[in-house]
Amino acid sequence: MSVPLSWYLFLAAALFCIGLYGVLARKNAIAMLLAVELMLNAVNINLVAFWRYLRPVQMSGQVFAVIVIAVAAAEVAVGLALIISVFRRRKTVMADEIDLMKW
Amino acid sequence: MTTLIWLLPLPPLLAFFAITLFTNKNRALSHGIAVGAAGLSWLGSMIVFIRALGIEEFGKHFFESALNWLPVGEAWFQVGVRIDPLSAVTLFFVAWTVLMIFIYSIGYHNYGQPKGDDDHAGLPPHGKTVTEHGHKHTVPSIEPMYSRFFAFIGLFAFGMFTLVVSNNLLTMFVGWEIMGLCSYLLIGFWYGKPSARNAAVKAFMTTRVGDVFMLLGIAYLYSATGSLSFTDIFRPEVLEALAAASTPILGLSAAGLIGLLLFIGTVGKSAQWPLHIWLPDAMEGPTPVSAMIHAATMVSAGVYAAIRMFPLLSLDSGTMTIVAFIGAFTAIFAASIAVAQNDIKRVLAYSTISQLGFMIAALGIHAYVAAAFHLITHSFFKALLFLGSGSVIHGMEHGVMHTGEHSVDPQDMFNMGGLRKKMPITFWTFLIGGFALSGFPVLTAGFWSKDEILADAFAHGHWGVFLTLAVAAFFTAFYTMRQITLTFLGQPRTKAAEHAQETTWTMTLPLIILAVFAVSFGWVGIPEHFPLLGNILPNWFHEFVGGTLVEIPEVPAFSWIPLATSLFVALGGLLLGWLVYRKVKTPAQDRLQIPVLKNKWYFDEAYDLLFVKPSIWIAEKFTSLYMDRTIIDGILHSAARFSLSLGHFFRDRIDKPVINELLGDGTGNAVKTSGSGLRKIQTGRIQYYMVVSMVVLIVFAVLYFFLFS
Repeated sequence: MSVPLSWYLFLAAALFCIGLYGVLARKNAIAMLLAVELMLNAVNINLVAFWRYLRPVQMSGQVFAVIVIAVAAAEVAVGLALIISVFRRRKTVMADEIDLMKW
Repeated sequence: MTTLIWLLPLPPLLAFFAITLFTNKNRALSHGIAVGAAGLSWLGSMIVFIRALGIEEFGKHFFESALNWLPVGEAWFQVGVRIDPLSAVTLFFVAWTVLMIFIYSIGYHNYGQPKGDDDHAGLPPHGKTVTEHGHKHTVPSIEPMYSRFFAFIGLFAFGMFTLVVSNNLLTMFVGWEIMGLCSYLLIGFWYGKPSARNAAVKAFMTTRVGDVFMLLGIAYLYSATGSLSFTDIFRPEVLEALAAASTPILGLSAAGLIGLLLFIGTVGKSAQWPLHIWLPDAMEGPTPVSAMIHAATMVSAGVYAAIRMFPLLSLDSGTMTIVAFIGAFTAIFAASIAVAQNDIKRVLAYSTISQLGFMIAALGIHAYVAAAFHLITHSFFKALLFLGSGSVIHGMEHGVMHTGEHSVDPQDMFNMGGLRKKMPITFWTFLIGGFALSGFPVLTAGFWSKDEILADAFAHGHWGVFLTLAVAAFFTAFYTMRQITLTFLGQPRTKAAEHAQETTWTMTLPLIILAVFAVSFGWVGIPEHFPLLGNILPNWFHEFVGGTLVEIPEVPAFSWIPLATSLFVALGGLLLGWLVYRKVKTPAQDRLQIPVLKNKWYFDEAYDLLFVKPSIWIAEKFTSLYMDRTIIDGILHSAARFSLSLGHFFRDRIDKPVINELLGDGTGNAVKTSGSGLRKIQTGRIQYYMVVSMVVLIVFAVLYFFLFS
């Protein structure tokens, strides 16, 4: 147990920030989706780390992480399907060009 | 027997409804029903009358029957029928005259061509032009509202029969008012003529004055005695109590006041001065028939009511003096007007007023039987005279239409003359009626009844009444002879009179029947002490009708003075009338066309000035302008203005600024401005949204962190 909890937390925070930056800065929808995956995984690191250091007896941290992975998979499936559908109609995946509902 | 009496008024009423509802399109059926109904009532009346004759002391054992009608407190108000000697003889003449009118009406209206050239409902028929033997001339046409007329006289007969058979004042008053209504309807029968409309309103309003007082009298009587049935009222103890009770008005006893109020009803109905003005105008109705209804039948109802209430009236000597005065004054007053009238019907109308005055005066001097006697004989001969005048007018109208001189008034006696040869039946019957009216000695009914009044006045020392009535009787004979001379004697004054024609049998038959009564009815009342004739026939009438009262009044002792007077006035008047008028050709030669008489002593004008004009002035200036337009309308207008300003206030101060602008438009505008403001952040760029949501999240997280932890 030489690695302290805070390191994991720093790693997760860094990963989250990278993901957040990716979501906010990239215009490519697929890239945004990838960035969202990074953020989710940052949360997963947090969950697993807290579980290991604070409540190793209970399985709830692990379970949460697994659920997040499952939800992320579903989310990617739906998100990619939407992006493909949008691409088929508008020939683009750039977020700022998908502006049909704009006033 | 009483069942039959109950049913007496019914047939004419049913006829009225049947004609109004079902048969008004069919002339023959309508008059058939009406005459049939009158015939049924006549038959019933005759049966009742004959049965009444057969009863000993009928005055004590009269027919009466009553039913509970209205619950009043603990007791019941009863209505019923009663035939005592007075109502029996009244029933006798009513049944006869009504039947005769009905038959006569057929002849009067159902004569000539079915439809005139330009006849309209509401106007008299104008006649129809027909071509005969190559030249055109006008012949009479049938009344356009034929069935309506029979319906009205049916209802009228119902009213009269109801009045006669009633045993109480209330149903009597009902019949009285029904006749008032019918009188209005019949006078205004030709409602297309303004004069007929005015006359109808005048008759209705004038009789209404009397009727209101009569109703007051009835109400007072009811509150004083608790009953309106004649049997109850005329019980001696009730009469004594009424005579003893005093009232706050004029110091009269209750009996005197009630009697006076009831008598005012009679004054209105029987056209006595000062309410006489309606009757001459009532001659606007369909020429003879309604005139006769108004003059010979209905006005008799007023006198009948007064005679009926005699036991009550006679309790107060003051009331009796008033009655005698009004009667005598009316008798001479109306006779003086009749002298100067040229319209054949108006002469008869004023003579009716005058003769009714005789009866009222007789009643006022306690000559009960004489009043009843004159009532009946007068009804017969006045009915005869009116129907005769109708026949004359009909004949004249025929002449007018034949010659085409429409400017000739068929009712003006100065357009007539020489009708004796053209219309013999009418002439002889009219002569009989006229002589009866004048009191031609011995033969005619009018002599016996009038003589009895004079004898009574003389015997009881009522000198004023005696002299007044004697002078009035002289006038009566004079104007009657004037009328007969102008109408029937001499030479025709116009071409129309030359072409006059005798009327149909339905008109002459009633004349003949009534002429029989005008002569013979007097014989039932010849005083026993009359020289020569007194012993031949019993004075049946006096015994019979006198029996109605508790004590049969005494027959006044015979005296030559009243007999000589009545002989003198009758014969003298007739002779003078003939002498003066046999040479008169035009109204200008008639020296009695004095303006004051011609204009009926200016009573119409005076009433116009005293009552009509002020009423109109009050109606126009006060009620309409001041009350209605200023006060009532003012209140309404200010209420309207108040509501309007309230409405304006709500609209301008509440609705528009608050509801509309602030709440309605304000919400909309707020949503709109906030929407247009907010839409600027709706960039459509997803990263932008995420930045915003992140910033918000961070802000809230920071807030949360600092505020709650």
